[in-house]
Amino acid sequence: MSRVRVLAGTKKGAFILTADGKRKNWKVSGPHFAGWEIYHMKASPADPNRIYASQCSGWFGQVVQRSDDGGKTWEAVGNKFEYDGPTGTHQWYDGTPHPWEFKRVWHFEPSLTDPDTVFAGVEDAALFKSTDGAKTWTELSGLRKHSTGQKWQPGAGGMGLHTIILDPNPKRMFVAISAAGAFRTDDGGKSWKPINKGLYSKYIPEPTAEVGHCVHRIAQHKAKPNTLFMQKHWDVMRTDDAGENWRKISGNLKTDFGFVVDVHAHEPETVYIVPIKSDSEHYPLGGKLQVMRSKKGGDKWQALTKGLPQKDCYVDVLRESMAVDSLDKCGVYFGTTGGQVYASANEGDSWTAIAQNLPAVLSVEVQTLAR
Amino acid sequence: MIRVLLPQHLRTLASVDDEITLDVRGGVTQRAVLDALERRYPVLQGTIRDHGTLKRRPFIRYFACERDLSHESPDAALPEQVAKGEEPFLVVGAIAGG
Repeated sequence: MSRVRVLAGTKKGAFILTADGKRKNWKVSGPHFAGWEIYHMKASPADPNRIYASQCSGWFGQVVQRSDDGGKTWEAVGNKFEYDGPTGTHQWYDGTPHPWEFKRVWHFEPSLTDPDTVFAGVEDAALFKSTDGAKTWTELSGLRKHSTGQKWQPGAGGMGLHTIILDPNPKRMFVAISAAGAFRTDDGGKSWKPINKGLYSKYIPEPTAEVGHCVHRIAQHKAKPNTLFMQKHWDVMRTDDAGENWRKISGNLKTDFGFVVDVHAHEPETVYIVPIKSDSEHYPLGGKLQVMRSKKGGDKWQALTKGLPQKDCYVDVLRESMAVDSLDKCGVYFGTTGGQVYASANEGDSWTAIAQNLPAVLSVEVQTLAR
Repeated sequence: MIRVLLPQHLRTLASVDDEITLDVRGGVTQRAVLDALERRYPVLQGTIRDHGTLKRRPFIRYFACERDLSHESPDAALPEQVAKGEEPFLVVGAIAGG
């Protein structure tokens, strides 16, 4: 029987939740790396026992952990992220030039085919690659050295590269940076193109600028790779031409601010988001936690509330904190800053808290295991 | 032998229970002690000093013999009691939070 493994990174350690394919009885292990911030953990699609974890601390900096046995044991590997050549400056919050400085890894994206190859999205925004199981890292500096780089500016949480999508076409990748926007490479990471046409951000001096948009998350279904769904600061967006043009699909949403977006494992037009009240009030509208699902690729959204708190709920759901499994029916998972991990074993129709009192959840990833 | 005491999170990371003793050849300076520490425990590279620049991380401080040595030159000699192993060299995480 299939199994599911949920990797939850929190403000104070990592937790691993496991269940069989029924997804009813969950076992929680952790905290791993107790007391450290775990920004993200992700397993290799090519070897499900290989997991990469970003462990960091304001005191002690960045540590990278690797497991080769599904999270039972861990080994600290390479934490040397050196930018390629002179770094120059990006814009600071007040518009003044600010030197690029490495702070932390926001996201690991393991290769679709090779367990030893993994990409890291870091703050200050840059993309690194390792081909030796995260022992050593090399910057794919074509991104940071893009001619717009000196105009990039941090979002409130820092200038992090948080989304890395490895396209089925091995030469193509998508990344997103807060608050620079979305970028695409078609040559394996050598050169990059901003793909922000159609985004409108009224909070920046030039609302339709080539860069400067606060993209919170992008999701892709591998069966329909030219279609991407985006949760921007405000606005839920989609593209059907690999980012050349975006259109707004917020439709009937009462608020379209939020952080997460993900796509159903088997239905490329079924999309999930968690609306948040506003950029100044990071909690659900009216204290009611809702996942919104569109089965039409956007515009028409249905509130999914069964099993979720419908009063006095003032948690946030951060950008790395939603994932899906690939069982039938598709499971959907998300974590909150209140320390809950919610799971649905029926495509979002109903929800159960599979962990209730963890530290604030920073990231959730899910693995569907053969046995 | 030089005695070094690390904050709890770094002891966990390095898998050490208590005080560390290091054999430091030549002059006993911050740099020599930290170089020896990182040679013995490579996992600590980048956690006390930045990679490359080897600058002390902003929330780390160094103490010994009830003195704050954080702003001393990395090549200045450490107090004689540290060099003789009578007192430990303390790597301390700055107090933050409330």
